[in-house]
Amino acid sequence: MGFKLTSRRVFDSTVGIVAFLALWEALPQLGIVNPGYLSPPSAVLGAVLDLASSGDLLKHVQASLFRSFAGLLLAIASGVSLGLMMGWFARVESVLDPLLQFFRQTSALALFPVFILFLGIGELSKIAIIFWASFWPILLSTISGVKQVDGLLINSALSMGANRWFLFTKIVLPAASPSIFTGIRLAGAYCITALVAAEMIGAHSGLGFLTLNSQEVFQIPSMYAGILLLAVVGLLLNFLLALLERRFTYWRRGLRHGG
Amino acid sequence: MAAPKIIARDLSMEYQARDEAGREERVPVLEGFDLQVREGEFLSILGPSGCGKSTFMNILAGLAHKTGGDLLVDGKPLQGINRNQGVVFQGYALLPWRTVLDNIAVGLEIRGVSKAQRLETAREYLELVGLNGFASRYPHELSGGMRQRVAIARSLAYDPDVLLMDEPFAALDAQTRETLQSELLRIWDTHKKTIVFITHSLDEAIFLSDRVAVMTQRPGRIKEIFDIDLARPRLPELRNTQAFVHYRQRAWEALRDEVTDITREPAAAATHQNWQSIATLGGYRIGV
Ligand SMILES: Nc1ncnc2c1ncn2[C@@H]1O[C@H](COP(=O)(O)OP(=O)(O)O)[C@@H](O)[C@H]1O
Ligand SMILES: [Mg+2]
Repeated sequence: MGFKLTSRRVFDSTVGIVAFLALWEALPQLGIVNPGYLSPPSAVLGAVLDLASSGDLLKHVQASLFRSFAGLLLAIASGVSLGLMMGWFARVESVLDPLLQFFRQTSALALFPVFILFLGIGELSKIAIIFWASFWPILLSTISGVKQVDGLLINSALSMGANRWFLFTKIVLPAASPSIFTGIRLAGAYCITALVAAEMIGAHSGLGFLTLNSQEVFQIPSMYAGILLLAVVGLLLNFLLALLERRFTYWRRGLRHGG
Repeated sequence: MAAPKIIARDLSMEYQARDEAGREERVPVLEGFDLQVREGEFLSILGPSGCGKSTFMNILAGLAHKTGGDLLVDGKPLQGINRNQGVVFQGYALLPWRTVLDNIAVGLEIRGVSKAQRLETAREYLELVGLNGFASRYPHELSGGMRQRVAIARSLAYDPDVLLMDEPFAALDAQTRETLQSELLRIWDTHKKTIVFITHSLDEAIFLSDRVAVMTQRPGRIKEIFDIDLARPRLPELRNTQAFVHYRQRAWEALRDEVTDITREPAAAATHQNWQSIATLGGYRIGV
């Protein structure tokens, strides 16, 4: 899981990163690649610092974080609750399943014009597209998590006299949580992709906007700065979700090895 | 004599299943099943794999529904889950996200016992099954034998009158199995529960029980019941005595036809995918 880093592994991955940065710096500096197209990391770092001192960096990062968190949180709240209902009540699932099979195939990007039509070009439509992209993996993994709960655990709780509420909150929910978190982690990745797409279409702030806009005005170093920062945001989000997952499924530690 | 604790009269149960062609078919699992369990006794039900032992236990636990006949507990028809019964399953059924102590306390939690009180009680039962020092471990950190001890403690913690045990030791190695059998007898001796113990092992049934009920192959019913008049407390050496071997012989005679028949019945077995593997397994498992 990358939490236990041995010194050997730290060394190896440092070597990889350093070599990559050196190559990246050398190619444009030596004129092998046109520096107008590929800015060296030193220039990109300069662009990041410029953005930071002008206050633009904060503005863009804030805008991106707000949109992705809003969309993702909405997706988690609704995806988990609907998924629990669909996994638990067979009837709800059989009614909704055909609809969902259709909708999940509908790309978030294809729906963007619809969102804009209904919600305008502002924040709402951007949050909606991020929500749409993040919602499906969470919903589907929650449903399968609930359905895969070991029947023996349910029978055992029933035999002790558990009512449905106890079953649901104390057996099904914890048993399904690993699967739910798998969906949430996946949603984190989809959320960033949707964020970039949303910010590249009709936005005036955000890292996606920064990236595309910089290219349009030939600020190539700050275009790379935007790409880099998006990657950092993605990594941070993934890290945050992994922490959350560990917090909620701490009991699985060692399960994979021991069994 | 006191009224029986549990009475099963002409009990039957059938599953609706689909055969290979996808046609609905009825699979009778229990038919004409008669059994009386006395208060406080240790009764084993012995039968080949697939004969309906678990089905009977699930009905008794209220987890499955009979399709015919009567089932009385304390003279009253069984309805839903009987909260005065504890069930121990072969697969342990421990909650992997709870510590040993919290697992043992589950039944008390369901009964609304306060946290302090239920943890105190859970500690007593932890000690009873010899797992002091393991209170805050998680199930996956324990051996199979220890997990089954936790499951037994959990089923006893809320003080049921009857303990239903469905092949609880079948997955354990021979050594652990014999240790747990002795432990179970010690616990039974101090706690005076009625125990209905399901097994497919002759030795286990004889060593533990006051009475052994032998089932026929599916559709299962009780074929023969015999008393095990061996003195208690029973020590492990008992297994080597003449008397024990005699009972073993007797039980095997009752069971033999059921086991050999089932392996000689490929046509019937093939109608249901499971049965074939269960029948084959049965042949090996019973042939001790
Ligand atoms: N849900 C089910 N649907 C159809 N058949 C079943 C089902 N559960 C069990 N059976 C069949 O009922 C028979 C008895 O099962 P079971 O009571 O588990 O046997 P045992 O515990 O004695 O090994 C088996 O032949 C099995 O295949
Ligand atoms: Mg069984």
